[in-house]
Amino acid sequence: MNDLKRHSAQFRANGAGWLMASPAILLILIFLIVPFVLAFGLSFTNQRLLSPNPTEFVGMRNFEQLLGMGVLKLEPLPAPDEQVEGSDPEYPPLRNFTRNNPDYPHLNGMREWFSIPWGQDRVFVLAQDVLFIKALVNTVLFVAIVAPLQGGLALLLALMINQKLPGINIFRTIYFLPVVISIVVVSLLFRFIYDGNNGLLNTLLGYASFGAFKPVDWLGRTDTALAAIIGASIWQAVGFHMVIWLSGLQTIPVSLYEAADIDGATHLQKFRYVTWPGLRNTAVLILIVITIQAFSVFAQINLMTRGGPLDSTQTLVFQVVARGYEKQDIAGGSAISVLMFVFVLCISLAQRYLTRSKD
Amino acid sequence: MDDSLTARREERMKRLLLATAIVAAALMNSSSFAATELTMWYHGAGGDAGLNPEERNGVLSVIDEFNSSQSDWVVKLESFPRAVYNDSVTAAALAGNLPDILDVDGPNMPNWAWSGYMQPLPLTDEDIANFLPGPIGKWQGKLYSIGLWDSAVAIFARKSILDEFGIRIPTLDQPWTGDEFNAALESLKASGKFEYPIDMGTAWTGEWYPYAFSPFLQSFGGDIVDRTTYKTAQNVLNGPEAIAFGEWWQNLFTSKLAPGTSQDPGDRATGFIEGKYALSWNGNWQALPAVEKFGDDLLFLPAPDFGHGSKIGAASWQFGISSTSKHPDGAAAFIKFAIQDKFLVRFSDLGGFIPARKTAAEQSVNYKPGAPLEVFFGLSEKQGFVRPVTPGYVVDARVFEKAVADIANGADVVDTLDAAADEIDADIERNNGYGF
Repeated sequence: MNDLKRHSAQFRANGAGWLMASPAILLILIFLIVPFVLAFGLSFTNQRLLSPNPTEFVGMRNFEQLLGMGVLKLEPLPAPDEQVEGSDPEYPPLRNFTRNNPDYPHLNGMREWFSIPWGQDRVFVLAQDVLFIKALVNTVLFVAIVAPLQGGLALLLALMINQKLPGINIFRTIYFLPVVISIVVVSLLFRFIYDGNNGLLNTLLGYASFGAFKPVDWLGRTDTALAAIIGASIWQAVGFHMVIWLSGLQTIPVSLYEAADIDGATHLQKFRYVTWPGLRNTAVLILIVITIQAFSVFAQINLMTRGGPLDSTQTLVFQVVARGYEKQDIAGGSAISVLMFVFVLCISLAQRYLTRSKD
Repeated sequence: MDDSLTARREERMKRLLLATAIVAAALMNSSSFAATELTMWYHGAGGDAGLNPEERNGVLSVIDEFNSSQSDWVVKLESFPRAVYNDSVTAAALAGNLPDILDVDGPNMPNWAWSGYMQPLPLTDEDIANFLPGPIGKWQGKLYSIGLWDSAVAIFARKSILDEFGIRIPTLDQPWTGDEFNAALESLKASGKFEYPIDMGTAWTGEWYPYAFSPFLQSFGGDIVDRTTYKTAQNVLNGPEAIAFGEWWQNLFTSKLAPGTSQDPGDRATGFIEGKYALSWNGNWQALPAVEKFGDDLLFLPAPDFGHGSKIGAASWQFGISSTSKHPDGAAAFIKFAIQDKFLVRFSDLGGFIPARKTAAEQSVNYKPGAPLEVFFGLSEKQGFVRPVTPGYVVDARVFEKAVADIANGADVVDTLDAAADEIDADIERNNGYGF
């Protein structure tokens, strides 16, 4: 009897719980689970954003288009007689092989991604969708630079503001401020800062070097554009992770530091043997969160460079939007999203494995 | 006790009566209006910097006059910000929620007609007699949309500067040849008096690229897509003519004849007026500030002829009827009302647009014979060339935009054009030929 009462009470309590969770569950279902299942399904079709044609199942074609690669080794063209000694040898144009050449059907429609010298010859690495490959490489580069740099900088800031000094809250607020500002506003501000003629950055560097510095068109050059976007992104997001580090720092018992003091530990030793082990779980969390966030970089790209110049800032999510929406190729965009999901999943699992507790 | 009960009952009675009265009034009200409501969507909401505010005022005044001129129809306007207008229409079409009258950018019309958003517009040839070719939105032999105005592009120049460097002033009948144009740019550059000889407007990303730059390609003899079949871009976007265009285009930027894709939008707006650029490839909607600054010294020069005639883009925003409209006769009546000369003149006088009909141009302040912008009407009439009339244009335009931006930034011309042609072909194939 008593048992039954407890059961029904528990059921009632659970029912209330489900009821309270239901709005969140519903929203997650509608805006996360359903779109994901849809994207997965659509990536195997030829779905368009709008079209009177019926949707057809195309199997793996979208993925083959994205991931198709080829290699071609070419011999240099016979050197003309008047060729100067030491000048680069000429190679036959790639389009002779990649466009309607019946001898090379597997290379049809491919484009050069990069090439490397191979003795006298040259090996060309070709890709069916060079844009996707470039976007993938840029995104991985972005993540590989942002994750350690942003995490490290955030830890440094957290250590600095985790001190009992008068007015420290002002610094906490200042460092956290960029997080509250929308990334859209940040991107537009940084467009002015990076302006090639009279932007803030060029002006500052000009003053600092007494005019010796030549203005650089930060967002207009292939070698600086991605770095410029990385800088702006880190500035915007670092405060958020600083707060997470800070909460981790404050869970470390003061008694440990006191004990270390008694043992005569230096600051560096205290960090190495007390602080860092105490932050282990925080570090794992921050690494995974930054990786996932950095993989989905979009707003900065869309507002600052739109993927240019010469695809040097193309990223995966930008390509998803550009294809799915601007070029109305929902299936192509979905296929990239699915691949991206697989990448992020693999990387997160690998990170979990590498940072697992050894005991 | 009893008293309060009666009072409560009375109160309830009063409320019921009031509610009945409101419902009755509402019913009577709606039945007393015989006119049927037509909804119209328009792309000019809010403070859009790229949009002339007079355009919206003009649209509102036409609607007011139409509503008071007859008692069958009442047109109700709903405005959307331009940046989200096309998306709103797409979403509404998917939801089955389109308005009666649609506002559509000329080159997008075939896509909407093909997708089934629009129905043919029942206007006679007489209704659109004397129209410029650009504002007439025809696809597969049927009229779907009609514009009240057109836009045109010209080379903004100053007579004093051309005379100083001994450069011939081209005319509509005798435009510059490609060689003359290049030579003019070189001598302007050699003078060292300008940051750049010409400003192409590379800061204006988006539709400006295909609108303003694809006519150069067409003047070279190439095109974005093969207009004889609309089934391929091979040999037109990557043929020898297109490669010649690409090399010429790239040279503009590598030889510092024009500012590149990272041009400051502020310089685009004021660079020519401030004298940073000697010439500017610019639209009629930007002409009035330049006229104010330079007066009679200002010239609007026709596009150079690179061998296959001088060409400029045509077709601006137009009106059409949605496929789901329950009252296409009412919508057609409104559109027919709106294309009267007096409204075309009003739009032009208010906002500086090119009137769509010759008889209207002759009455307008800016385009009548001898008026400062008259030359633009002649440019539209003689050189205006619509962008490819195919549902695939919406994709082709983005492919072309990326290709010319990449070439300007130094990408290999042949490879880039090959890739663009392949991408357009793949898109056409994925869409089963877009109905061609």
